[in-house]
Amino acid sequence: MSTRTVAVTARTVPGTGRARRRRGVGRRVVGGFLYSLGLPFLLLVLWGVLSTSSTNRFFPGPVAIAESFIDTWVGAAFVEDVLPSLYRLALGILASIVLGVAAGTLIGLFGWLRELLEPLLEFFRAIPPPVLIPVVMLLLGITDTMKVVVIVSGALWPVLLNTIDGVRAIDSVMSETAESFQVTWWERLWFLVLPSASPRIMAGVRQSLSVALILMVISEMFASSAGLGYRIAYFQRNYLIAEMWSGILLLGLVGVLLAVTFGVVERRVLRWYHGIREVNRA
Amino acid sequence: MPDRDVLLQVEHLRKVYESATGDVEAIGDVSFTMDAGELLCVVGPSGCGKTTLLKCLAGLLRPTSGRVEMHGAPVTGPSPAMAVVFQEYGRSLYPWLTVRGNVELPLRHKRLSSAARGKLVADALDAVGLGHAARSHPWQLSGGMQQRVAIARAVAYQPEVLIMDEPFAAVDAQTRADLEDLVRELHTSRNMSIVFVTHDIDESIYLGERVLVLSRSPTWVQEDLTVDLPPGRDQINTRALPRFTQLRTHVYDQIQRAKRGQAVAP
Amino acid sequence: MHVLSIRRPRSPRKVLLGGAGLLGFLLIWQLVPTLGLVNSQYLPYVTDVLVRLVEEFRDLAFWRRLGLTMTSWGIGLSVATAAAVALGAVVGLVPFLRRATHTMVEFLRPIPSVALIPLAVLMFGIQMRAALVIIIYASFWQVFVQMIYGVADVDAVARDTARSFDLTRRERLWYLVLPTALPYLMTGVRLAAAVALILAITAEMVIGNPGLGQMIELSRSAGDATGLYAFVVVTGLLGLGVNLVFRYIERRSLSWHQSVRGEQVQ
Repeated sequence: MSTRTVAVTARTVPGTGRARRRRGVGRRVVGGFLYSLGLPFLLLVLWGVLSTSSTNRFFPGPVAIAESFIDTWVGAAFVEDVLPSLYRLALGILASIVLGVAAGTLIGLFGWLRELLEPLLEFFRAIPPPVLIPVVMLLLGITDTMKVVVIVSGALWPVLLNTIDGVRAIDSVMSETAESFQVTWWERLWFLVLPSASPRIMAGVRQSLSVALILMVISEMFASSAGLGYRIAYFQRNYLIAEMWSGILLLGLVGVLLAVTFGVVERRVLRWYHGIREVNRA
Repeated sequence: MPDRDVLLQVEHLRKVYESATGDVEAIGDVSFTMDAGELLCVVGPSGCGKTTLLKCLAGLLRPTSGRVEMHGAPVTGPSPAMAVVFQEYGRSLYPWLTVRGNVELPLRHKRLSSAARGKLVADALDAVGLGHAARSHPWQLSGGMQQRVAIARAVAYQPEVLIMDEPFAAVDAQTRADLEDLVRELHTSRNMSIVFVTHDIDESIYLGERVLVLSRSPTWVQEDLTVDLPPGRDQINTRALPRFTQLRTHVYDQIQRAKRGQAVAP
Repeated sequence: MHVLSIRRPRSPRKVLLGGAGLLGFLLIWQLVPTLGLVNSQYLPYVTDVLVRLVEEFRDLAFWRRLGLTMTSWGIGLSVATAAAVALGAVVGLVPFLRRATHTMVEFLRPIPSVALIPLAVLMFGIQMRAALVIIIYASFWQVFVQMIYGVADVDAVARDTARSFDLTRRERLWYLVLPTALPYLMTGVRLAAAVALILAITAEMVIGNPGLGQMIELSRSAGDATGLYAFVVVTGLLGLGVNLVFRYIERRSLSWHQSVRGEQVQ
C-alpha cells in the first residue's frame, strides 16, 4: 500500500466557512446534473431540429416518437403484449440462474464430472444462442414454454460456466479452515462455496441478462403472434415508423431497467466484496 | 511441575509429497510427546516442514509412515479436540461473515442451544479483547485484530489442543508482542495445550515451556529443549533475563547448525 | 525440501474423460430417436446429421454462403474496432468527455442491437448492409467500453514520470497509453468477435440476407431437420474456432505485455 502525505492547511475564515462549503456542494450537484443529462438533452434537441427540417421518413422527431409511445404502449397493448413478454423474460432468467448455479456447483465441485462434460460445455457455449431458436421451435412447437426454454437455452451458459469457475477457485486456506473445524458439507456449501463464488456468479448473471433480452426479442420477432418483439416487427412490416421507434425505445428502457435492477441487487449481495475493494483502494 | 497426562504422541513421523512432477520428502523422522496443558513451541530453518508437521498433527494430512496419536488413539482426520490458527488470517477468515459469524461457524454443527453458542462466542471474543467488534467484518479490522478473531474462533471451539502455524508472522512487531501475551494468558487462564510453530526464536523462548528445534530437510527433531524461565512472563523483564539470552543464543546456534546441515541425526 | 524423484505430468485422464463425455453424448443423441422418445422428424439421428455435414462440406454453395457470413463478420468487426479504438481513446483520455458521455453510454449499451433490426431492414432492405449496421453497433460497445477502461488504467506513477520527462503527447500515447490499453483492447476484440459472429448469423436468420443464418432459417421453414441440426453444428464449430483464434491472439499480445511489466502469467 502506498503512503501518501497530504498537507492539510486549515483555513479558518470566520463566518464564510459554512456558506462557502454549501455553495461548493451546490455547484457540484448542478455540475453532476449537467454532466449526466447535458449531452443526451443536446442530442435530443439536435434531433428535433433536424427532423423538422429534413423529410427523412425513417427518423421521425423525438416529439412524434414520444406521442406514439404514449398512444401505443400506455393502454391495452401494455397488458396484452409487454407484460407477458416481461413475464416470460423474468421466468427464463430465474430458471437460468437456478439451473446454472445448481448444475455449476455440482460440476465445479466434482473434478471428474467437469472433465467429462468439458468438451460438451465448450461446444454448446460456442453456439450463438439465437441459432438454437429454430431447434427449440422444432422440438417444442410454438408455445409459451418454448419461448421460456429458448431464453434459458442461451442465458444458462454464462451463469453455468461462471459458477463452475467460481466454485473451482475457492481459496485453499479457506477450504482447509473449514476442513480443520469439521464443517458439515451443507454448511460448507452455504457458508463457503457459494459466497466465495458469488462475485463470479454475479458476473455471469449480468451477461445472461443481456442474452435473455436478445433471445426474448428475437424469438418473438420470429415465432410469435404477440409480445414486444412481435409488435416491433409488425410495425416495421407495416411502415408504422414512429410506432416502431417507440417500440425500440421501450425495449431500451427494459434493458436499462434490467441493468439498474441488477446493479441494485449486486451491490446488496456483494456488499462484502465491494467493501474489501474499497478498503484495499484506500 | 504437576503430573500431566500425555496428550499427543508422535512416533517416527514421515511425510512425502507425491506430485505429478516428482516426490518431495517434507518430514524425515520426527518423534516427540506432548503433555496436556503444555505450551510447546516448534522452530526450525525455513522450508523444514513445520507447516507439514502441523497439518499432520491436525489431521489435515495423512503421514506417509509413522504415527500421530492423541490420548493413545491414532489421529486420522480433523477432530473436535483440535483447533488450528493459520498464518494467513486474511485468507482464513470468511469476508462475507461478520466477526461473530466467523467465530460461530465451527460451532454450528456442535449440538448446542443457540444460547449456549452465543455465550461461547461472546466469551471467546471477550477473551481476545474484541467484544465490541462482533458485528464488524474481518476486512474492516486491522491485521492484529483479524488474527485475534481467528484465535477467538479456535478458542470458542473448545479444543483440547490449540495448533498455531506461525500466526504472528504477518503482523507488525508491536502487535505481535500484544498477541504473544494474549497466547500466554489463554494458556495460563484456561490451561490450554498449545502447539506453536514459529520461525522467530525469541518468540519461541518467550512463549514456550518446551522448544522443539527441527533440522533441515529431511526433517527430524534436532533438539528438545525445556525452557526453565519463570512461568509469569512479561515482554520487558523476561526478555532481559540472562537465562533468556542464554537459551536464545543456544537455539539460534542450533538453527544455524541445522541450516548448514551440520547436525547429525542420532 | 528434499526432492526424491521427478516425474512428467500426466493428463491422459482428462483427455479420456472428455472423450468419453463426448461419445456418451453422441450415443444418447442417437438412442433418443431410435427408442422413439422423440420423433426423428424433430430430432434426427446423429449419424444422419454427420453424413449431411460431410455432404455440405463438399458443396461449393455451402462454402460460398459461409464466406458471405464471415465477410460481414469481418467487415463489421473491423469497422467497429477501428471506430471504438478511436472514440474510446479520445473519450477515455479527456475526463470531460468521459463524464459527459457516461449517461448516454449506460443507456445505449443495454439496448439489444437486435431491436434495431427492423430499422436496419427499413433503411437498407434485405442486404448485407442491414446486417452490417447491427453487427457494427453491437461490436462497437464491447471494444469501446474496454478501451475506456484500458486508457483509464494508466499507472499514475508512470504517467507522472512521463510528464516529468516532458514527453510529447504523441510519445505518451505511443509508449504509455497504448501499451496499457492493449490487454483491455485484446479482451474487447475477443468479446466483439464472438458478438459479431452471433449477430452476423442472427441478422441473416431474421433479415434473410444470404449466409449461414439464412440457410438455418430456410432449413427450418422447409422442415429439413437434418440440415438444420447440421448447420447448428457448423455454427458451434465456427464459434469455437473464432474463440480459440482470438484467445490465442489475446494471450500472445498479453504475454508480451506482461513480460514487459514483469508479471507472472497464471
